[in-house]
This record gives sequence, structure tokens and C-alpha cells, in this order.
Amino acid sequence: MNLQPTIGLEIHVQLDTRTKMFCACELSFGEPPNTRTCPVCLGLPGALPVLNAQSIHFGLMIGHALGCELAPQSIFHRKNYFYPDLPKGFQISQYDAPLCRGGSLGDVRIDRVHLEEDAAKLNHVGVSGRIHGAGSSIVDFNRGGTPLVEVVTEPDLHDAEEARVWLALLAATMRQLGVSDVRMAEGSLRCDANVSLAPAGSGELGVKTELKNMNSFSFVKRGIEAEIARQRALLESGAEVVQQTLHFDPRSGNLTSLRSKEEAHDYRYFPEPDLVPIAIDEEMVQRAREAVGELPATRIARYEHLGLSAEHAHQFAFRPALGSFFEAVLSAADGASPRELATWTAHVAAALGERDPDASALEPAALAALVALVGAGRVAAGPARTVVLARLLSQGGDPARIVEQEGVGALDDDAGLADAVAAAIAEHPDAAERLRAGNAKAIGPIVGHVMRATKGRADGGEVTRLVHERLGL
Amino acid sequence: MSAPPRTATEAVEAIRAGQLSARELWLACQAAATDDELNAFTWVADADDGPNEEAAALPFAGIPLAVKDLFCTEGIPSQAGSRILRDYRPPYTATVVRQLLDAGASLLAKTNQDEFAMGSSNENSAYGAVLNPHDRGRVPGGSSGGSAAAVAAGIVPWALGTDTGGSIRQPAALCGIVGLKPTYGACSRYGMIAFASSLDQAGPLTRSVADAALLFSKMVGRDPCDSTSLAFPEAIELPRSERLDGLRFGVPDELTGEGVETGVRAAFEASVALVEQLGASVERCQLPHAPHALAAYYLIAPAECSSNLARFDGVRYGLRVDSQDGSLEEMYSRTRAEGFGAEVKRRVMLGTYALSSGYYDAYYGRAQRVRTKIAEDFRAAFERFDFILTPTSPTAAFELGARTSDPLAMYLSDFCTVPMSLAGIPAISIPNGASGGLPVGLQVVGPAFSEPRLLDAAHALELAHADRVKTIALPSPLRFEGNENGAAGARE
Amino acid sequence: MLDRDQVLHVARLARLELTHDEVERMSRELSAVLDHIETISELDLESVAPTSHVIEIANALRADEPRPSLSREVALAGAPAVAEEGFEVPTPGS
Repeated sequence: MNLQPTIGLEIHVQLDTRTKMFCACELSFGEPPNTRTCPVCLGLPGALPVLNAQSIHFGLMIGHALGCELAPQSIFHRKNYFYPDLPKGFQISQYDAPLCRGGSLGDVRIDRVHLEEDAAKLNHVGVSGRIHGAGSSIVDFNRGGTPLVEVVTEPDLHDAEEARVWLALLAATMRQLGVSDVRMAEGSLRCDANVSLAPAGSGELGVKTELKNMNSFSFVKRGIEAEIARQRALLESGAEVVQQTLHFDPRSGNLTSLRSKEEAHDYRYFPEPDLVPIAIDEEMVQRAREAVGELPATRIARYEHLGLSAEHAHQFAFRPALGSFFEAVLSAADGASPRELATWTAHVAAALGERDPDASALEPAALAALVALVGAGRVAAGPARTVVLARLLSQGGDPARIVEQEGVGALDDDAGLADAVAAAIAEHPDAAERLRAGNAKAIGPIVGHVMRATKGRADGGEVTRLVHERLGL
Repeated sequence: MSAPPRTATEAVEAIRAGQLSARELWLACQAAATDDELNAFTWVADADDGPNEEAAALPFAGIPLAVKDLFCTEGIPSQAGSRILRDYRPPYTATVVRQLLDAGASLLAKTNQDEFAMGSSNENSAYGAVLNPHDRGRVPGGSSGGSAAAVAAGIVPWALGTDTGGSIRQPAALCGIVGLKPTYGACSRYGMIAFASSLDQAGPLTRSVADAALLFSKMVGRDPCDSTSLAFPEAIELPRSERLDGLRFGVPDELTGEGVETGVRAAFEASVALVEQLGASVERCQLPHAPHALAAYYLIAPAECSSNLARFDGVRYGLRVDSQDGSLEEMYSRTRAEGFGAEVKRRVMLGTYALSSGYYDAYYGRAQRVRTKIAEDFRAAFERFDFILTPTSPTAAFELGARTSDPLAMYLSDFCTVPMSLAGIPAISIPNGASGGLPVGLQVVGPAFSEPRLLDAAHALELAHADRVKTIALPSPLRFEGNENGAAGARE
Repeated sequence: MLDRDQVLHVARLARLELTHDEVERMSRELSAVLDHIETISELDLESVAPTSHVIEIANALRADEPRPSLSREVALAGAPAVAEEGFEVPTPGS
């Protein structure tokens, strides 16, 4: 039986507003527990929510970026259920009148984009002295009320790797928009996946299960892989898939069922009477449109058109900080090929790891100047990267001066280089003999010797020419 | 000081004129509140916490104010009449209370109420029933029963209440005072412990229409903390009208016929005649969907309440009853079972049911459509009339315990007040004489944000009613130094 | 009409522990109220829009500007059980 998986994703992303969604508490980044709360986000009696304008602006930017239809009027609903991380006994979310509908990113269609508030954090602390024999947990309301955007896709994905790549594109898009920094490890992006299997070409969807709360790209991939395997084994053995919600444990690789049927939720959604409708006017739409800028998918296409490798195009498009650094190098450069400049920008990225170029001492113009020096043969590529670029990253400065100060300029005086070549031939008589006999590869040790002797400053082509000249070839 | 001021307006004038000090009035009211036998208060300030000298310069001149327990007051018990909030002291003060204190009112007491404002008799309070000052064997009405009783008894010049389906107007009527339910959105709900968010409104309970206007004038305004509040479109002046010339009054068949007791109907008919004598025209009219208002109300209000009261879960404040098996579920359900009274449980159950899967459309969804029709009925009526007149309550104050075993009978006491709540329009109850020696109220209703005109009309009616109202006036309990025995004779 | 099982189901959704007597009484009382409420099922409301808000306002947005939060002491002041700088609860599902 040829079973084809169908996957839809629901992604929650924390928005980088300054304050929470419905109150003026600042968002929390590791502050001590329960120090970012107020009557509203603690759900005190009598407190009322007031919507953060910036969360709507960010929601509209996302809507634009994903090509959604922006609802002229949308409303919030209450989603009622009891849980200690939910201070009011309901979550303010959107239900049948979301901010945005439709749209797509890459090949995947978007069903809806809506806004809601995040829950607080619940930390299990073990056995409590107060409640005999039972586990006890502590609620920290710092995170409670952080604005979230929920993006729901259509079931357009068909394997786990495809889902991972698409999720990375969505995360890059959010980062590029500046609406979220998408720190997955810190839970600022969380993904649920709906997975089902059906015979290929049947045009039908199988019974789906929902994988909840995966918080890294690789967990998403592994979780979906595990669930596809589980469903495939069931179906191939003639059993049926039961609709349920599952948790994927990335450490064990196990899938466990979260809710049994008797606990099926009845959220009793109804329009939030403490909030008024959101009516999107032309000015709000325009402001969001202007704030969107160039998106990763567009940027990849533009970079590839400039001649960049696909790898570099994706790398710069997905890391906005790297992309804008590359743009700056490009505009500072005079005549160098974009492909060459991209290679050097990638060197910078490799040297910095997770850090952004902005955080180093390197100026884009300095990198452009260094690439020009290499192009002009004034410094060889090797020392340019290992010596000059390293110093530019740590201390900044003028590349030409650094070449001079470090004494790594290309050797262009024939006398010095000729001496080094003569010495190298003398050191490798066997190689010289084989070279004379027509074995072109034998030149390696001789050139290597010259390079070592000149600390890489010699130009490889020139060395080869001189060796041949000296041996009368 | 020879005679205690009869109204807040008079008290402010007396303080301004130097005939009375804010301190004297505070001490007299504080003593009367401490000695209260009606169970009208859940908290009374210390005698030492009265107004300072500077308060006299403010609009309210430091005169005492009683505030329904439903309002949060920083550091002061705010228990909403519920056991689940026993001794709860909020870290903030409700916006309307803040505004009134800023205008120079002095917080004297928190008043008893039906638990979470659910009730029409004040018998649903975890802190005991409130007695009607006109007959201590009877209820004061509810849910703002403590505020109404305290003002009617003369213990405080005025008080703050809240009205969701009649909770200001009905107790005002049953206690023989003035109660205004403003237009929805006119006053901030921030810090008012929510019962039904789309219906709750704060409002004044006073001994005169002028007092209602004075208190209301400092309650209105857009509050950045309440998304559903609006700037009041005009200033609220003190009402001065003595006539109703040229005004058109409508009397709806649906709210003045069946179910209204004889004495109340007689009083109502007398006031209709009075309206005409004052130069207005009166015509019968129809509000065809008004008979369905109660059904819609008893779906919408419980639905919202079931959600609003979900926050009382024993985690962040208030009562917690630990579970025996150590489970979270049992902690929740035992805390709520012990913390809520019977009526609150009933409405939480009703509302949960009305919103639950499979019933939403038939109940909550339908109720919201009925609400649309009720609002349309009023809009149509206000094309023909300036105001609508009804009795406030179909009966005068009933005996304690008379309706506690029959929730539906209790709910029916709201049938004249609920339609206006659903339409979000302002309505005022003013004293309208007596039925069987007990006070009766007249309800005057206007379109949204018509309060200045509504208060004016009510003022003219109040003047014309003065003789009939006097028969139910109670002696002031206030004692002033040098006038120890003068209170009984203090009224003119 | 709300039978015993429905009452228990709704009570569980509402997290209300009911005694045996309360279940019986709830069933009786709520059924009586629902009977009265049923009168609205007679109305033709097909083309009528529902009203959630009686006031016609939209947006009521707040600028994204922080204001001071409560201190932890104040936030925890009313809590029935406090541990490790937070609100203590029985662990869900245990």
C-alpha cells in the first residue's frame, strides 16, 4: 500500500511588542518570577483587557507578508477552560472572525492568521509539604498575556523534511518582518502538526492526529517522522488510526497521548464582551504594508539573480542581519563580483558563528576593500582570511594598513621569490626530478614549501611560473 | 448645625456656607454606619479616617460616600458579597471610585449586596441579608440592597451601586430613593467586579434627582482601562426643570399590564396623570419583544457570568479548599462549591449550559438576536417619544424569604428593568408614593446618552411628587454635637 | 429539561462539586427556568443579527507603552498558597 502523508501546521509565535497583549506590563525575558504582572494579567477581580495597538500592526504585517485577506472587522472570543496557567479561566483568542484569512508562503497555503494571549508558565516542583503526597507546581505569570500570532496552514505538506524547511522559511519571514526574533529554544515559536496518511492518489485524507507543542525545527521533523511511521505501521497492519492529541518526547522519541476522550474539551467560545471589534482602516493597512519590506522568498530570488550560490542566497535571506550586511558590502564594493563578495560574507558568518556582523568591529566597506585587495593580487586569499579578516572582526581598521602592519602583502619582488623557489627546489630534488620527467603533480611539495617559507604571501600562479622557468621547462 | 442636610447637594452647600464641617458630617455618618442595624455595610471606615481640611475645597466637599462591595478599593475589603472573596483586599481602586474620591468624596463604607450582584432581594449575600429600613421584615431589593438601604435610612448622603438587570433601580424603588442606571459605556467598569460584562453599569443611589446628577457628573468619562467606555458627549448639569411642557411620554403595554400589583399600578397611574398635568403628552405604545427580555437576559447574563467567575479558582486570591486526593480538579471544584452561594452556582450552571457545545445557537446565540430586537423596539419607540414610563418593580418590597425557594419568581421581579439593560439605555427610578405603606418606584427611560434630559424630566416629576413622597420619608439617624436629640425633629 | 447526567456534565465543565441534593435541586430549578426561556424559541430570528455590544465603537487600542508592574509581594499578597516566589497549585493531572 502506497500511503501518502498529509501534514498541516499550526504555529504560535510570540510577538516582540514592548508590552503584553492586553495590559501595559513589559514582556519578560528571564526576570525573576511574578515581577511582570498587574491586575489585568493576574486576572484580578474587576480588571479589564485593553488591546495593544502594536499587536494588531504586527498581525497585519504578517497578513501582508503571507498574502492574506485582511478582515475589515474581526473580533476576539473567550476560550473557556480551567488551568492554573490561565488566570481568568479563559484565554482571549480569535475564533470565527480572525484578523487574516487565506494567503500562502512558498507552496503552502495559509488557512488563517489570528492573535491570542499566551499562557503563564507552570513549573513542577515535586512533592509538596502542604498537600500530602501530591505533586505541586508553581505558577509564574510573567509570560502570561504575551501576544501570540497563530498561523494555521492548509494540509499542503507531505513529508517531515518539507515541513521542517517550510517552518524555517516562516521563522525567517517573521524575523525579517521584525515582528518576532523567534527564539525557538525559549519557546517563542511553538508548532503543532496535524498528520494523516491516505493511499496516494485516493484524493482523500485519513484520520488525523495532532502533535502538540514542538519547539525546535528538528523536533518538528523528528516528531512528524515518528508519527508517520506509527500511523503507517497501524494502517499496514490493518488497524485504524484514532483521532487524538499526542506529545512527542524528543529525548526518548516516544509519542504519548495527551487527552483521553472523556476529557474532551468544550471551550464554550463566545465573543469577548470586554473588548470591542477591530475595524481595520486604510491607514492601518497602508502602515503595515510599508513596514513589511522585502521578504525572504523575494530576497532569495534576487540574490540568485545576482549570481549567488543557492546556499548563500538562502543563508542571507534567512538571516536578515547577514543579508543586510551583505547588501552593505555590495553597495560599498567597486566592481567586485557579488558572488565573490557573498563568499567573503559567508567567511564572516563562519567566523562569527551565532553572532551578527553588527556585533563585530568589521565595517562593510572594510570587507569590500579587502576583497578588492585580494582581487588586485595585493594579498593572497589565505592570509587575507586568516590574518586580515580576523583582525578586522576583532579590532576593525583599514585592510591595506593591516596587510602592511602584519607583513602579509603578496610578494611581488622577483628576487625574493626567486630565492625562495630556488631554495624549495634544492630541498625537494626528487620532486624536481619527477616534474622534469613530466609528472605535473610533482610540483606540489615545491609550491607548498614556497608558501610556507613566505607565510602564504606568494601568488600561487607566479610561483608555478618561476619553478618551471628555473627547471627550464 | 441645627438640622442634618436632607440631601448630598444640601450637605455640600452647608459645608461651603460654613454651617457644617465635613468632619462633623463624617463623624455623624460614621457613627450611624457603625450602629447600623440593617446589615447594610460590610466594612466601615474608622472615625479617624475622615476628610481633611483640603477636601472642603473640592466639588464634593469631603462628604461621605458608601460604595457597593462589588467595587475594588485598594487595601479595603472588596468581597462582592461572596465567601470566595472573604477579606480580599485588592491592590487597586476602581476607576469610578477613584474619580469620586478625586472629586472630594470620602469613602465611609462598603455596602452589602447580593453575591456578585446576582439577586433581587439582597438575600444572596455571604454576609447576611439586608433589611428594608421601611419594614425590617422585608427585603430592600437587590443587588445593590445595602447601598439603597443605607441611603434610604439616612446613614449616608449617597452611595454607589451597580445595575446589570435592575440592581440599582429595583432596590431604589423598594427603599423609596432615586437610582440611576446610566447608558452602557458612560461609566468605566474597570475595578467593578464583573457579573455580566455587556450589561454591568455603575450608577448613583441618592435621596434626590439633583444628587444623582451631581454624583453621576463625576462618574462619567472614557477610561483608557475600559475598552467599552465612551466619553460622555456633554456636561452633566444639575437638573432644574419644573415642567414637562411639550415632552412626549410613551407607556408600553407590555411592561405595565399583567403582573403589576394593584397598589403599584395605582401609583403608576397617578404619576401618568401628573406627567400630563406638567404639560407633557402620554400615549400607550408597544415594545413587542419586551416580554422575551427576561428569557434573553437569563441566558446572556448567566453565560457571561459563568466565564467571568471562572477566575475564582483558589490560585491567586480568595478562598481555597484543598482537595483530599491532592488533585487540582478537586481543589477547583471544592473551592468553588464552598466559595459560591446557591444563586451564583445556579447561574454559573445555567450559563455554562447555555454556552456548551450543541446548545450555543439555541440559547446564547438566540438570546443575542432577541437582544437586537429589543434594542430595535426601543429605537422605534424613541422616534415617537422622548421618554418611556413604567413602574420600576411590579411589586413593593416583599417579605424576607418569600421568594428564596422559587428562583423563577425571583427572576420575574426584574421584568420592568431588564429590557433597558439589554438595550444599554439609561433609566432612572424615582420615588412614586407608596403601596400598602411601602415605597414604590417610577421608572423613566430615555435613549442612549440622554441622561441630562432624563434627569431634568425626573427632577420635574420629583418636585410634583414631593407631597406623596413625604409620606414615606424616614427620620435621619444622624446625631450632631449640640443637637443630640434633634434628629427626629430635624426634618422640616 | 436538564436531567441528572446533564447537570453533572455541566457541573464538571464549571468545576463545581455538587452534593446529591444539589444535583436534584439544580435539575429541578434549572429545568423550570429553561422552560420559561424556551419562549424565545417561538420567535422568528432567522434574519436578525446577534448583538454582542450595545455600543457602536471599534478598536479602543492602547499604545505599546510599558507601565510599572506590581511588586511580587503585592502580586502574591492574596494567594492562598505561595512557594518559590510563585503561586502554588496541585500539579495538573496528578
